[in-house]
Amino acid sequence: MSDLTLHPAPLTLGETLRRSLLAPLIGLALAFVIHRFIVPLLNPLHASLALDIGVNIILAVSLTIVNGFTGQFSIGHAGFMAIGAFTAAGVTYYGSVMLFGSEAFAGGILSAAEAGDATGFFTSGDLLFLAGCLLGGLIAGVAGFAVGLPSLRLRGDYLAIVTLGFGEIVRSLLEQSPDQLLLPSDPAARAAQIEHIRDVGFPTLLIHSGGAIGFGRVPAYASHFWVYGFVALTILVAFRLKASSHGRAMLAIRENEVAAASMGVPITRYKVTAFVIAACLAGIAGALYAHQVRLIPDQFGFQRSFDILIMVVLGGLGSISGSVIAAIIITLLPEILRSPPPLWPVMLVIIAVLFIVRGRRAIRAAIVLAAVAIVWEIVRWVVGDLSPYRMILFALALIVMMILRPQGLLGLREVWDKWIDRRRAAKVEAAA
Amino acid sequence: MPGRPQAYALRLRPSSPLPAPVSYTARPVQKFLETLLNGVSVGSLYALVALGYTMVYGVLRFINFAHGDIFMLGAWVSLAVARALSWAAPDANPPWYAAIVLLLTSMAICATLGFLVERFAYRPLRKAPRLNVLITAIGVSLFIQNFAQLEWVFGVNTGTMPRVLPDVELFSITCGPPPDPAEPEVYPKVSIYLIDTLILVTSISLMLALQWLVYGTKLGLGMRAVSHDTTTAALMGVPVDRVISITFIIGSALAAAAGFFFALKYPTIQQPAGATWVLLGLKAFVAAVVGGIGNMRGAMVGGVIIGLLEWFGAAYFSPQLRDVYVFVLLIVVLLVKPSGLFGSTVPEKV
Repeated sequence: MSDLTLHPAPLTLGETLRRSLLAPLIGLALAFVIHRFIVPLLNPLHASLALDIGVNIILAVSLTIVNGFTGQFSIGHAGFMAIGAFTAAGVTYYGSVMLFGSEAFAGGILSAAEAGDATGFFTSGDLLFLAGCLLGGLIAGVAGFAVGLPSLRLRGDYLAIVTLGFGEIVRSLLEQSPDQLLLPSDPAARAAQIEHIRDVGFPTLLIHSGGAIGFGRVPAYASHFWVYGFVALTILVAFRLKASSHGRAMLAIRENEVAAASMGVPITRYKVTAFVIAACLAGIAGALYAHQVRLIPDQFGFQRSFDILIMVVLGGLGSISGSVIAAIIITLLPEILRSPPPLWPVMLVIIAVLFIVRGRRAIRAAIVLAAVAIVWEIVRWVVGDLSPYRMILFALALIVMMILRPQGLLGLREVWDKWIDRRRAAKVEAAA
Repeated sequence: MPGRPQAYALRLRPSSPLPAPVSYTARPVQKFLETLLNGVSVGSLYALVALGYTMVYGVLRFINFAHGDIFMLGAWVSLAVARALSWAAPDANPPWYAAIVLLLTSMAICATLGFLVERFAYRPLRKAPRLNVLITAIGVSLFIQNFAQLEWVFGVNTGTMPRVLPDVELFSITCGPPPDPAEPEVYPKVSIYLIDTLILVTSISLMLALQWLVYGTKLGLGMRAVSHDTTTAALMGVPVDRVISITFIIGSALAAAAGFFFALKYPTIQQPAGATWVLLGLKAFVAAVVGGIGNMRGAMVGGVIIGLLEWFGAAYFSPQLRDVYVFVLLIVVLLVKPSGLFGSTVPEKV
C-alpha cells in the first residue's frame, strides 16, 4: 500500500538520478542512432526533410504547452523562433570568427552531416553551437516572460492579438538591425575584419544580424543528432509537465480560469511559466533551424506562426503525441501533394485489417475509407499537382475540424491512452 | 529633374502601399500638413474596416479574423471587375461613372461573401467555446487568402488599379515663399486631391448612415438587443440569425468600400496573401481595440488615431517602424485600459 501514503519516503540519490537522467539519455542515444545509422541510408532530400520534421515537432510540442495545456491562445510563436535563430546564429558565426578565425564548420562527429567531415567526437565548435542554442532558448524565454506578463490581464482573443503583434514587432525590429559583419575573401581585409569583430565584442555583435538581407554563412551544425536530441528533450519536458501537479494546474486553468483561481491555482504564475517554457523551446527550435538552412532571411512572419498553430489544433489541443503526428504529416504533406501517390493500396490494407479485427462492425468505416480513396483517385487524375492547394486544404481542415471535432484529432488524449485504459479495466476485472 | 531640388515636387500618389514618405527638407508646416492629410485619409479607411470588426464583436463576441481578408478582396474584386469591363488597360478611358460601378459591385460581392462565411463557417459554431470560433476564423482567413492566390483566381502577382477617378487637385495650401528665385511661380504647397476628399466624404457618410441604421431603425434596435443579450433578444422575438447575417453583410460591405478606396489611393495592389494585407487588417483591428471594441464611435476615432500615429511616427521618427508603433500602442492600451477609449468592461463569470 506504499502507493497510497500521503508523504512518500524521499528518494535515494541513485533513484533520483535514474528517474531524471535515464529517459533523456535514452532519447539522446536514439538520436545518435538516427544520426549515425539511419540517416546515411536516406537520400539528401529525405534527410533534410527529416530535419524539418524535427524542428517542427519541437515547435508544435512547445506551442501545445501554451495553447493546449494552459488554454492561452498564442499565435506569435514564430517571433520566439526568430529570436532564438538570430541569437544562436550570432553566437556560432561571430564566435567561430573570434575563436577560430573563420566562419567554417568546426564540429565533431555529432554535428557533421557526413562522418568524413568530422575531426573529433565533440569539439569546441560543438560546444559553441550548444552554447548558441541554449542562449537562443534563454533569450527567447526572457521574451516569453515579457509577453506572458500582459497575458495576466487579457482574455483569449485579446491575447491572440497581442502575441501576433509581438511576432510582427520582432520581425520589424530584426529587419532594422545593422548589416552582418561578413569576412571578405581578400586575406588582408579578412584579417582586418576579424580584428574588428574581436574589437567589437559580444553583446554588440549579436545586434549585427543582417537586417532585411538576412544572416548568412551560419555554420551547418544542426545534425540529426542535435535536432532529434532536442526533440527527445522537448517531448520529455512536455510529458513530465503534463503529468506533474504543475501540468494539472495548467489544465485546470484551461478548463475554467475562474474556477481554477477559486481552487487556489496561481493563474498568473502558471500562464507565465507556460509562456516561458514554450518560448524557450521555440527559441531552441529556431536555433536549430538557423543552423540547418544556414541563411536566415525573413521567414518568421505570422504565416509561420499559423503553420505551427495548425499543427497543434489538428493534432488535438493538449495532446503531445497528436501534435507530433500532425507536425510530421504537415511537414510531409507539401512533398506528398507535389506528386500525389495512389492512396488505394494503403486503404485496402487498412480495410482488410479492420475487417480482421472488428469483423462486420467495420463495414461503415470501410465504406468511408473506400469513398475517400475513390475521391482521391479522381482528384489525382483531374488536377495532378496538388501543392498549390495545400494551404486551402489545411484551412478547410481547420474549419471542418472545429465544426465536427472541436477538440482536434486526439483532444487531450495520447495515442496509447485507449490501450492503457483497456489494460487498467482488465486489471480491475481480474482483481474483482 | 536634375539640379532642381526634389523637395517641392511633392506628389502624394505613391505607387506602392504605404511607402516611406518622401524625405524632404520642406518647411515644417508643409511636412506637418502632408502627414496630417495622409494620416486622416488612411485613418478613415482603417475606421471603415474597424467598424466591421467592432460590429461583429458586438453581436457575436469574437474577433472575425477573416475581416481583413474581405478588405483585401474589396481591392482585388474591384480590380477584377475593372479588368472584366476592360477599364484596366493602360490606354483605356473609363467613363465618369466607373468609380461608382466598381465601388458598388465590389461592395455587393464582398457582402455576399461575408454572408456566406457567416452562414457556413460561423453559424454552426454559435454555441461553441470562443477559442474554437477564433481558430475557425483563422481558418477562414487562410482559406480566403490562399484561394484568392490561386492562379485562376487573382494569382500571385501585384495588380495595378486603373485611374478611374480624374487626378484633380481640388485645392492646395501654400506654405511659404517660393524657394527657388529662378522659378517664382513654384510655391511650396500641400495639395488636396479629389481622391483624398472622396475618401473622407464617403467614409464619413457611410459612418453616419451606419449610425442612423444602428440607432434609428428597428433593425438597429435588433442589433443592439442581440449585442446586449442574445438569448433574451431571441425570446423577445428578435430574429437573431437574420440580424447576425445582416451585421456581417454590412461589415463586409464597409470593408470592401475601404479596400476599393485603398486601391484607388495606392494603385499597386499587393498579391492576395501578401503580408501587407494582413498587417492592414490587423491595424484596423487595433483601431477597433483602441477605440473600445464593440463600440462604433470608438472604432471611428480609433481608426483615425491609428492612421495619424502611423504617419506621424513614419514622418518624424522612423518610417521602417510604422508597424511597431501601432502594435506598441495596442499593447499599451490593453495594459492600461483593456476596454479601450469608449468601451465598457464586462465582468467574467463562471
